[in-house]
Amino acid sequence: MESYQQDPIARAEKVAMTTTTVPSAGPVAGSRSLFSRLREGDEIARMITFLFAASVVLVTLLLVLELWQGSVLPRHKFGFNFFRTSVWDPIFDQFGALPFIYGTLITASVSLLIAVPLGIGAAIFLAELAPPRVSDALEFFIDLLAAVPSVIYGLLGVFIVVPLMRQYIQPALKHSFGFLPLFQGPAYGVGFLTAGIVLAIMIIPYIISVSREVLLSVPRDQREAALSLGATRWESTWKVVVPFARTGIFGSIFLALARALGETMAVTMVIGNTPTISSSLFSPGYSIAAVIANEFTEATGDLYLQALIELGLVLFILTFILNGLARLLIVATSQRGSGTGHA
Amino acid sequence: MKRITGLLLVVLVAAGVLWADSALSINGAGATFPYPMYSKWFDEYHKRNANLQINYQSIGSGGGIKQVTEGTVDFGATDGPMNDDQLKAYLDKHGSGILHFPTVMGAVVPTYNIPGVDSTLNFTPEALAGIFLGKITKWNDPAIADANKGVKLPAEDIVVVHRAESSGTSYVWTDYLSKVSDEWKSKVGKGAAVNWPVGLGGKGNEGVTGTIKNTPNSIGYVELIYAESNKIPYGGVKNAAGVFVKASLAAVSAAAAGAAKEMPDDFRVSITNAPGKASYPISSFTWLLIPEKFSDATKRDAIKGFVKWMLADGQNYAEALSYAKLPEEVVSKEWKAISKIQ
Repeated sequence: MESYQQDPIARAEKVAMTTTTVPSAGPVAGSRSLFSRLREGDEIARMITFLFAASVVLVTLLLVLELWQGSVLPRHKFGFNFFRTSVWDPIFDQFGALPFIYGTLITASVSLLIAVPLGIGAAIFLAELAPPRVSDALEFFIDLLAAVPSVIYGLLGVFIVVPLMRQYIQPALKHSFGFLPLFQGPAYGVGFLTAGIVLAIMIIPYIISVSREVLLSVPRDQREAALSLGATRWESTWKVVVPFARTGIFGSIFLALARALGETMAVTMVIGNTPTISSSLFSPGYSIAAVIANEFTEATGDLYLQALIELGLVLFILTFILNGLARLLIVATSQRGSGTGHA
Repeated sequence: MKRITGLLLVVLVAAGVLWADSALSINGAGATFPYPMYSKWFDEYHKRNANLQINYQSIGSGGGIKQVTEGTVDFGATDGPMNDDQLKAYLDKHGSGILHFPTVMGAVVPTYNIPGVDSTLNFTPEALAGIFLGKITKWNDPAIADANKGVKLPAEDIVVVHRAESSGTSYVWTDYLSKVSDEWKSKVGKGAAVNWPVGLGGKGNEGVTGTIKNTPNSIGYVELIYAESNKIPYGGVKNAAGVFVKASLAAVSAAAAGAAKEMPDDFRVSITNAPGKASYPISSFTWLLIPEKFSDATKRDAIKGFVKWMLADGQNYAEALSYAKLPEEVVSKEWKAISKIQ
């Protein structure tokens, strides 16, 4: 699980995991007097770890407050139209966020569509089927991939993925599936699809790495019980181990989603940077994180600058909603089964 | 071993104290386009004046204007002059004004990739504006073809590439298009980032060139320095006198000389589409933004000293770095303006 330590969201998740263990230690600690707990350090440890956990909440709240206060002008001027209009014109002070929201959601969805099956498949192989030696060796490479800076993925996208897309993949898709609105229009190489693919390459290591750990932590008894009941190896994996690890696997996907939503550098290098809303995945687009990074440094004029900050707020809200939906999904699915995941 | 470490520490601390005592440090921030020039200048000037250290952060013109207005840096730098609102904001905050000093000049050139076309293309202002407005969509459009007799242009769609991020290069490009096309002026306007009617956004000069190299039948714009140092082919542009000029340092200086006659006293002038037969029309100054009033007299004298040096000896470093020198008329005019710094 070392691989995602650089990611602040991952770190937040880790801290959140730590806090959930605090109440479970509560009843044991509560049976002794405060003085003895203080002397033995339990209470001190509790308070210190509580502070650490609370600081995460504090930072989040401050962030929201800052984004909210920093975007007063456009909120008053455009109101809800900020989310509905699609003109982004710094010269004539017209700002609409819709194409950026659209681009962010589309690229993240494309990347998940590609990365989830691949990532979970690879994790199953590494955890269940591969010899431990091979699994550990591969895990090393996967962790390495997760640590590659995103600008490198961006360069990879520009020099390898974009030409491939333009010359081979997009014409082929157009030829076979051109009747779908998804695969129409000129093939520039850059665009939603390319950005989604580059993002998928970036997030697959997260899904593999975390899912593999989770699958490995499923108790041996579970597998043995299934096998002893006459299940084949695949049946034991697919019907017992994977459902047992479901929560953790979902966790890895959300982590990947969070990274995909917030990715800036790699996306801006291959998405085409044009605020458009198009049903075609070949069309160039723009994402929230990319436009903020591209325009923030030279944003003159308060309204312009604050509109960019409001975009930051929008991205925050978007992440918040998606995370909330994700938690609901976990709750809904874990009520049906008995799996408790990797706790 | 311990003794050596201790001794080293003492020396370091002593050096630190002495250093802090004697060195005056001046901070500036702003435009990225002249950064190689400025860092060379500040380095050379530091060699001549060991007790003066000028630090410059190339955070972008917008950031430079913002920071100097807020007073977090001693001077700013910008690729596009401050507008009246920004000047007023500065005056309101500080009670005194801010001065523009042109330092060097650069140019922006159209670059393209058309399979089968090797010769240098010529562009009329109408063709460039039409292409970037999305009105001229084919390479064999008469607006392009008429200026390039003898070149066989394909009947392919034009792919427009512009800068994705805000930049001084885009400012100069859109400033030029606003001057030559009323429709551009009213629909798009000029700025470091605009609402582009058509095209793909490439990140940085390298992103634009990369996209153009990768995309057949594309056109975009990059800085002259970048095109020169990376051997990127670029086209000529018809200037205000009706002559097709390919960008060069001499052609940029000529544009500045052409504009110098009508140079306003505050130096806030655009030299795009400048008069003169030899002028390259998409040229621009880049400016230092220096406050009129300094509370710290040593800082003031240090900055004045630097500007004087920059206008004299400093100019000789420009061409080696592919920046165009200031013409004589502008230098002498700036020399007089130095006395306004108080």
